[in-house]
Amino acid sequence: MSNGHDTENSIDLAPGDEHVEGGVGLRVLGYLTGLALAILLTATSFFVAGTDLVWQPSIPVALIVLAIAQMGVHLVFFLHITTGPDNTNNVLALAFGVLIVLLVIGGSVWIMANLNHNMMPMDQIMQMQR
Amino acid sequence: MVDATIAYPHSDPHHLRGMEALGIAHSGPASKRIATGYGFWIFILSDMVMFSAFFATYAVLLGQTAGGPSGRELFDLRNVAIETAFLLASSFTCGLASIAADTRSTIWFQLGLAVTCVFGLGFLTIEGREFASLVARGAGPTRSAFLSAFFTLVGCHGLHVSAGILWLLTMMAQVFAKGFRPDILRRILCFALFWHALDIIWIAVFTVVYLIGSAA
Amino acid sequence: MLGKLGWSVIPFDQPIPLFVGAVVLVVILGVIAWVIVAGHFPYLWREWITSVDHKRIGVMYTLLAMVMLLRGFSDAIMMRAQQAIAYHSNGYLPPEHFNQIFSAHGTIMIFFVGMPFVIGLMNLVVPLQLGVRDVAFPTLNSVGFWLTATGALLVNISLVVGEFARTGWLPYPPLSELTYSPGVGVDYYLWSLEISGVGTLVAGINLVTTVLKLRTKGMTYLRMPMFCWTTLASNLLIVAAFPILTATLAMLILDRNFGFHFFTNEAGGNVMMFMNLIWAWGHPEVYILVLPAFGIFSEVVSTFSCKPLFGYRSMVLATMAICLISFMVWLHHFFTMGAGPDVNAIFGIASMIIAVPTGVKIYNWLFTMYGGRIRFATPMMWSIGFMVTFIIGGLTGVLVAVPPADFLLHNSLFLVAHFHNVIIGGVLFGAFAGYNYWFPKAFGFRLHEGLGKAAFWFWLSGFYFAFMPLYALGFLGMTRRMQHYDVAQWRPWLIAAAFGAILILIGIIFQVAQLVVSIRRRAELRDRTGDPWDGRSLEWATASPPPAFNFAISPNVTGVDAYWAIKAHAKQQDLEKREPDYADIEMPRNSPTGFVCAFFATVMGFALIWHIWWMVAVGGVGAFATFVAFAWRDHDEYVIPAAEVARIDRAIIAERRALLGLAGSP
Repeated sequence: MSNGHDTENSIDLAPGDEHVEGGVGLRVLGYLTGLALAILLTATSFFVAGTDLVWQPSIPVALIVLAIAQMGVHLVFFLHITTGPDNTNNVLALAFGVLIVLLVIGGSVWIMANLNHNMMPMDQIMQMQR
Repeated sequence: MVDATIAYPHSDPHHLRGMEALGIAHSGPASKRIATGYGFWIFILSDMVMFSAFFATYAVLLGQTAGGPSGRELFDLRNVAIETAFLLASSFTCGLASIAADTRSTIWFQLGLAVTCVFGLGFLTIEGREFASLVARGAGPTRSAFLSAFFTLVGCHGLHVSAGILWLLTMMAQVFAKGFRPDILRRILCFALFWHALDIIWIAVFTVVYLIGSAA
Repeated sequence: MLGKLGWSVIPFDQPIPLFVGAVVLVVILGVIAWVIVAGHFPYLWREWITSVDHKRIGVMYTLLAMVMLLRGFSDAIMMRAQQAIAYHSNGYLPPEHFNQIFSAHGTIMIFFVGMPFVIGLMNLVVPLQLGVRDVAFPTLNSVGFWLTATGALLVNISLVVGEFARTGWLPYPPLSELTYSPGVGVDYYLWSLEISGVGTLVAGINLVTTVLKLRTKGMTYLRMPMFCWTTLASNLLIVAAFPILTATLAMLILDRNFGFHFFTNEAGGNVMMFMNLIWAWGHPEVYILVLPAFGIFSEVVSTFSCKPLFGYRSMVLATMAICLISFMVWLHHFFTMGAGPDVNAIFGIASMIIAVPTGVKIYNWLFTMYGGRIRFATPMMWSIGFMVTFIIGGLTGVLVAVPPADFLLHNSLFLVAHFHNVIIGGVLFGAFAGYNYWFPKAFGFRLHEGLGKAAFWFWLSGFYFAFMPLYALGFLGMTRRMQHYDVAQWRPWLIAAAFGAILILIGIIFQVAQLVVSIRRRAELRDRTGDPWDGRSLEWATASPPPAFNFAISPNVTGVDAYWAIKAHAKQQDLEKREPDYADIEMPRNSPTGFVCAFFATVMGFALIWHIWWMVAVGGVGAFATFVAFAWRDHDEYVIPAAEVARIDRAIIAERRALLGLAGSP
């Protein structure tokens, strides 16, 4: 990063800072690339959701894959999270966060599906008691 | 009081021979920019966990319409596409503003943030109108568990955008009044992280809530 | 104008809370009046209230925890007395009051005793152990503390103005929904936890960043003291778990205030989603509390056995394993509530697996003691008491992790005994060990040993008398939270439990006496070396209490047990003779931001509870304005000149040399 911030600790980088040799032009180009990819993926998502050209049950899966890809694009081009050694801590923190997010969503959906399968929903119980 | 580099008497009490070589020698505390950015990064991850709780609730309550309207009947994908475009554009201009801050270009920075703010306000306006029209049609958050979850999840993202705009205006005023002080530059870094992260959450929102919601 | 507030909310018809509340109010006003009249207020404001020094904030957290421990324990002894009396009678506490007491007891003990105690000790010690001058975000640290204090204040206001929740320490819907709990009790619970939860999150982010990004030169990850590792794990859990609590409580707030249908019985709401989410936070929360305690025991056991910690790497691995697995077991809190055998089995197995790293830790502590020269000082007594007690709690935990057994024991007093067994035997004993161990570091004099040991023995025996009967009562079929009962068999056990509570009360009295006596005799208990226990980690390398900047020269670490190495070297070379080059030190300036922000948060929280909407706006705008004003200031640091640093450091070294001259060797 060539803009005069503290770089005494060269093996480390703040999340969001990018490690670019070269001028403003190159950095703007990076954001433009990210924008172009993001637009492409978003447009594909909206197209896939509305189309009947593809096999219908595959649509949710396709949408989720596209969303994850777009999140990756944003992380790399806008938040500058890379796999470089100066980003190890940032990536590890992100991995921890993603793991927790997956556990919370996956665990909740799985548990709740199981509970709903085994127990009648509360409003039906209430109606039976009336 | 102690400044000397001193060897441990029994040089390796925990038998870490191999392990020490693996790590890079630690050269001391990180700079303030790295520490601040990293702390804020941790905050963003915690925010994502909060959103994950709302997403999980939405997923669980998706079918609980209580005889009321479902997502397919309510969502207008054209609106969502415009919202997405606004947020994406604002993320881009926010990135340009970060570059301007790094090159200490006040004019470009203020211009970049002003455009970001306009896009953000545009997003909020469309979302506000969508909410208002849903409530007017009798599909407010009190109608069913599904709608409660929908309004809370999307509304929580909207609240974050509103807070972001408040922060953005504060940053513009700070740069105007104080210039690019190192602490203000650190705040700009955090703001940019926040704004880009909101965009990432929006990807999940439009995919899970709107696209899958109206396809399913 | 004042929302739901009116004279009717003061419980004039309930003498006990009214009287207690009046006494507390008089005491608080008396203390404030004394502080102002005696002219201490400027000192308090300058040195404590606006302080952003991690040591001061740590002390204030700990003090808050100890004061709230008294409140939480009063609730406990009232419950024990009620259950000892209420055989075939109504006892002395009416049901609605009894329900408030057990709810307040749990809420206070977890959120306002356990949390501030461990966060306070982490704040005080971790920067010192890492060899740095402050935490990553000093002002936010102050904000975090004062927001926690706001939550505690709101819970206590509920004693006099309105009522507290009657729903238990976790407000399960549908009971906690507006239909069944129309009063403000649940709102007090929700808003005080939302506000203090923000404070906790801030503390968590701060400490994670401190451990990961601010370590002195040479302090690689595998050279960190064990307490720093457990701090890292615990605060990662805070960062990952507390947002779930915030979201869950926010949904309940929306249900209660705006007619949403997350957890209601009508319109498709699902109460089980609340159980699911609250325990997705609640189980990690247990480890947030106990991991720092594990760290404290590691430090104490190693120091008082005069040996390096046994199995350091396995301890690190065990800590991080617990950190991850603790997020995969939450369903075991509701095995009985309808999940199928596959789900129950997987979560049961995960719950049993998490006992493995904990067992590894116990063995490591035992092997650290094995062959060591053990000194039985008070912190070590607490640690040994912990090991014995915690194993019982852990084993009963593995027992209830078996779903079929849990079906028998769920909601019985067996469960109550189990979690008190691990929280008192683990968290509280750890906090007390840390309190006795690090007190000299914080204040420059030791705590009285004799009174400390007396307190320990009464606590330990009181614990066994109070909670072993509850295991038996669980087997006898007594459920938790009973205001009265008519089973003759239960009575003797409940009287024994009440006796145990009295023993604990004596233990607490000894603890108060220990503090008072130690302050009065501080001259003879003075710690001049900065290293009263012959410690091993860097916090003992500086003076007690440490100067504002902690270390005049940042230490350079070359191995584990950094200070032990330094001492060994100093012995060989008759102390370091060469004077270091002192430099100016920049320290963060004090700031009232935390206090002012918490003031507005209190106003806002109170207004939200009572639906005084204009006051909500005042609080919100005030808090935002506080932050903008803070962001606007031009100088956020002050410089301690090199000459001043040198003067302070020379005095410390001179004192140490003089003492070593007397004592012969360090």
